[in-house]
Amino acid sequence: MIDTTPPPFFKTGLRPATRFAIFALLSLFLILADARFGYLHPLRQALAVIINPLQHAVNAPVRLAAQVGEFFVTQTRLRVENDELREARLRLSGQLMEFQALQAENAHLRALLKARERYANHAQLAEILYSERDPFARKIIIDRGSLHQVEPGQVVVDELGVVGQVTRVYPGVSEVTLITDKNQAVPVQNLRNGLRAVVFGSGQDGTLNVPFMPIHADLQPGDQLVTSGIDGIYPPGLPVATVLRVERNAAYPFARITCLPAAGVDRHRQVLVVASHAPAPPPRPKPMESARGKR
Amino acid sequence: MASASPRQSVLTRPPRTRFIVMSLALALLANLLPWNGVAVLLWPDLVALVLLYWIIHYPRRIGLASAWFLGLLMDIAEGVLFGQHALAYVVTAYAAWLLHRRLQTFNPWQQALYVLGLLLLLELTMLLVRLAFGAAFPGWLYFAGSLVGAVLWPLLTLVLQLPQRRQPATTPPYGTASR
Repeated sequence: MIDTTPPPFFKTGLRPATRFAIFALLSLFLILADARFGYLHPLRQALAVIINPLQHAVNAPVRLAAQVGEFFVTQTRLRVENDELREARLRLSGQLMEFQALQAENAHLRALLKARERYANHAQLAEILYSERDPFARKIIIDRGSLHQVEPGQVVVDELGVVGQVTRVYPGVSEVTLITDKNQAVPVQNLRNGLRAVVFGSGQDGTLNVPFMPIHADLQPGDQLVTSGIDGIYPPGLPVATVLRVERNAAYPFARITCLPAAGVDRHRQVLVVASHAPAPPPRPKPMESARGKR
Repeated sequence: MASASPRQSVLTRPPRTRFIVMSLALALLANLLPWNGVAVLLWPDLVALVLLYWIIHYPRRIGLASAWFLGLLMDIAEGVLFGQHALAYVVTAYAAWLLHRRLQTFNPWQQALYVLGLLLLLELTMLLVRLAFGAAFPGWLYFAGSLVGAVLWPLLTLVLQLPQRRQPATTPPYGTASR
């Protein structure tokens, strides 16, 4: 009643407000170090070693449930599926024969042209463990990591087209940024007329944008966009997206082009990680030195 | 004095440290569950909920340092910007610490309203950090998780109080003056 702030009975260390300031500053420092400079990769790797087994442990019952569910499929469904697969195999083997003939012909023509052979791709199957809980980004975690020779920058595809790109690699798992993520860019080419563009994710509802295309750019709804391969990372010719609509408003300098991803970006359980062995691009010229020399 | 609050009439025994750690570990595991689509947004941050429970009821047992460390673990687990959860947890834990004397006199449903505010503060902190570094606004459904979390609060209180409710015969009656 007399003294509203009595002397402390017990020693409790620093005052809570001081402690709050220390931890808040520490967090801000970490955020800056990670976002601006990317210093924290080794720390992240080390802590991931602790977390990853936990993630696998949590996933185990879910996967077990899925496997048990698969075990109890009905006979009729199996039969129908079997028939479908047999039919698909016949159809595909026909196409494959055609493809082999074309490949041989292509190799012959390229040899004639003395052109550089298209590099061989090495792909490995990976399973999607889960999608990240971060609502700000479109990312998934797959069960292949640096132990399986997965490297950052490798391209992840399904049977329909490009799904995303490996952005972080841990020992047992890796993080794939989907092409629908806002910061993910894919260099593409219009299959119809060869027009080059860069596709960005919209980050919102599973669609893609083609920003900075002039109003009169020759893109129409229904156009197929495939990877152009000029970046040296994405192998050329993989389907990326189909143009959904093109809004040309003369009030803006650029057309608004919305695309739908070709791959089932949110749908699959298995994906392929493609390791491209593209030759390293020639070193960049050094304009700074020559400019200095002229001065 | 302390036995006047409704909490003290129910709880008769302080929790063991082992129990606190275990509850936080279980919440972390539950946060790692592989959800997809809308469920990701609706799933509340259970680590934050359990942390708030312990900070509000036993502020001497668990503090800002634990909140910060748990935030780091969440950052690793979700692969997001390093320090994002850590900052949000520290801010929320400090707010909860400032309110803990008031909250201890409320019943769980009244507390849930305050917890809703605290969880919104948590998500708002993370939103601001991410927007500052160029992320897109993820939509209003982003805040739905804290609503679900607040609804779960009374249930969580019940579950976390269970081990203290069971009064073993060996504990003498002076256990009522628990802290």
